[in-house]
Amino acid sequence: MEEIYKELVNIVGQSYVSNHAEERFIYSRDMGTMEPSYPDFVVMPNSTEEVQKIILLANKMEIPIVPMGGGLTLSGICRPLKGGIVLDMKRMNRIIEVNETSSYVLVEAGASQGMLQAYLKKHYPGLKHSMPDAPPIATIAGNVLIHGSGHLSAAGGFHSEMLNGLEAVLPTGDVVRVGSCSTSPYWFSRSPLPDLSGLFLGWMGTTGVVTKLAIKLFPNLPFNDVRIFLTDEPELIPDILHRLARVQVAEDIVAAMAPRPDWLRGLQMLIINYGAESEKELTLKREMLRESVRKYIDEKVGGFMPIPPDMKRSFLEVPQSSISRFADLKKGGGFEYVGAIMPIELFPDAYRNGIDIAESHGMTYSLGARIIGLGHSMMFFFAYPFNRADAEDVNNAQKALEDTNEMVLEIGGIPWKAEAPAQKQIIRKMCPNTFALMNRLRAVLDPKGIMNPGNWEVD
Amino acid sequence: MKQSDILHRCFRCGYCKLPGSYVDLNCPSYLKYRFETYSPGGRMWLLRALLDGEIRSSARLSEILFSCAACGNCVEHCVFPKFKDYLLDVFIAGREELVSEGTVPSSVKKYLESIRLYGNPYSLPEAERGNWAEGLDLEAYRDQEYLFYVGCVGSFDERGQQMARAVASLLREWGVSFGILGRKERCDGNEARAMGESGLFELIARQNVEMFRDAGIKKIITLSPHAYNAIKNEYPGFDGTFEVYHYSQIFQQLMGEEVCALVDRPLRVTFHDPCYLGRHNKEYMAPRLVLGALPGVELIEMDRSMADALCCGGGGGNFFTDLLGGGADSPARVRVREAAQVGAEILAVACPKCAKMLEDAIKSESLEKQLRVMDLAEIVRAHRQVARPQVMSL
Repeated sequence: MEEIYKELVNIVGQSYVSNHAEERFIYSRDMGTMEPSYPDFVVMPNSTEEVQKIILLANKMEIPIVPMGGGLTLSGICRPLKGGIVLDMKRMNRIIEVNETSSYVLVEAGASQGMLQAYLKKHYPGLKHSMPDAPPIATIAGNVLIHGSGHLSAAGGFHSEMLNGLEAVLPTGDVVRVGSCSTSPYWFSRSPLPDLSGLFLGWMGTTGVVTKLAIKLFPNLPFNDVRIFLTDEPELIPDILHRLARVQVAEDIVAAMAPRPDWLRGLQMLIINYGAESEKELTLKREMLRESVRKYIDEKVGGFMPIPPDMKRSFLEVPQSSISRFADLKKGGGFEYVGAIMPIELFPDAYRNGIDIAESHGMTYSLGARIIGLGHSMMFFFAYPFNRADAEDVNNAQKALEDTNEMVLEIGGIPWKAEAPAQKQIIRKMCPNTFALMNRLRAVLDPKGIMNPGNWEVD
Repeated sequence: MKQSDILHRCFRCGYCKLPGSYVDLNCPSYLKYRFETYSPGGRMWLLRALLDGEIRSSARLSEILFSCAACGNCVEHCVFPKFKDYLLDVFIAGREELVSEGTVPSSVKKYLESIRLYGNPYSLPEAERGNWAEGLDLEAYRDQEYLFYVGCVGSFDERGQQMARAVASLLREWGVSFGILGRKERCDGNEARAMGESGLFELIARQNVEMFRDAGIKKIITLSPHAYNAIKNEYPGFDGTFEVYHYSQIFQQLMGEEVCALVDRPLRVTFHDPCYLGRHNKEYMAPRLVLGALPGVELIEMDRSMADALCCGGGGGNFFTDLLGGGADSPARVRVREAAQVGAEILAVACPKCAKMLEDAIKSESLEKQLRVMDLAEIVRAHRQVARPQVMSL
């Protein structure tokens, strides 16, 4: 270990390597329910070249490597399950290039969502990127690589679908570029080449370390508004979502269901954000949204609610800081959720089962969904705030999460950014040949098994 | 440990690392060290781990806790109401634990020993405290309207002395009724408190309160925002309630009566908010009104200003302990680069610690030819000196 430490210091400098108990403690856990797992080293590279050297060292010494962005997945993906090196990528946070005409930005893997938002606001006010509702320190790369979604997902789909290309260091130390950047100086698209980005998306860092990536940018429209549709009939929601999405007005559609405040109990609240180039266009879009669900308004089974100014401000904020406050329900510093990707017709099942599971564990239900694309799928979330200082509460949340993952798989959904145990649940449902293919690919890419081992594995 | 009952409430969501605009990292220690441990959330979790016996006291833990600049960015930007108000109290309580254990960085130990033995962090004779005023012919405090309180940096540091002289000279030129304590002045204790030496701070505060009361002092003008903070917010806890002003607040009142010179060309000035004036005491406007009242001054704002200002890295005792100095990511160097990027020629300050930190950073960044640190009083005086008769060129 001493030799590895010295080599790491040679690569990144002493200030950016630690094997101290303090860093090992903090990097062993996140704010979710997963048990800690300690790294041997935490290292902060500053360039692709440094990442490459670290990976070559890890290969030589056969020590695991776990890449980490913001460390905010809540599901413990960045815990080094078999020890080794945690690569904290946040020193590599440069915004390299904005192509205004072709609407993309090239960033290093440690660039944060908030930093890009502020940069675009200042230098390219006509453009924006899709922000997740994670805190703004979350990294762009981390969210893209886990198939995240955000404030433009109704318009642009998953954040992984907004990826134009990436640079990665393979577990063998080779630096590769995938997408147009492999062949052209422009990072404009993943087409028309064989789409190798799939080797890195959704793999939980088990296939390499992404060092740069380009993502699509979207118009930052000057006029913005939000509407909220309410109903108390969950069975109607899939069709309502389908209708709202297909008029192609919304940038973001999010459902929220919770028993608090009291007036919200038993209701499904659909929050629709949209923007326009002019007030006239905004009014037209407002009308289009209304027309899309007129059937239900006329039948008096749902309708748009008036929104108080404070509430509207909160819903127009990106990212919504109120989400973090919402996570503080238990005043206990612990929060985790199952985000399940599923077709929108599963909404009623997910809703009812979510309430049942929460109640069976003595917890307050807190459910929601973000619509992906024109209702092509949704990320349905089952949130469980807990008190970290109360072991029983942590345990309850852990069990609720496990039950939720199982239920999601049963009804036909798939847990997103799944915890290591949930990954095993997914593998049990997965076509065996698919899992075999995953293993064959990994064996080729990572012959020594150094990349975030313990993930996407069976016992 | 005080505040131990709220340690578990921090999620480490990271809003505390950023300014409100999210433009860049804004927690000075996280900016320099970059490990999660050096962020406010990291400290919260480590303190809980320490109390739970999951980690032990160590030199590393001491460095992590004492590198906090107590700048208040975390308090400003944490998204959890009420809880956020106690963040700095938690970190100070953590430092108190280490102080009582005796496991503090050597530079902290040296600072506290100097205060205990000499009454000042420079280990100089207290008799030299009044030397800064030599040649100015200032009156000792008797029964004037104000006490001008200079503090340790203004008394002993060469750059601080320049500021103290500039402020005192202006106050006198404006006819303000004030006196100084000279060699009788004592440390304000703000840094001892921030460093977790609550006992020493209490002793200092009580001595100062007694001295101020005995002298009949009711109104105080401070040179340093750190002293302003201690006397205004902490001394009332020791029966010492005074009418306290930072000198920029007095300047603001008097600038309206001032006639200044025109400069030969617009002077591009950006103002660096001192944390103990800004975030800690919400005074953002007085310095800007002073600068705004000067003809020819074009006040430009950095991306991070007012509640979003990046600390120079000198707060929380770090001016003396230097745990945030060195390297391109030291907050002071980042700050002067930011000032240069907005095209400022003058980086205006209102704190002697900021002045020193940022001047050193300008040298480290080799920006001497394009950027210069000037205190508010120095800028105003430069205008006045050329007011008669011709235009100025700073």
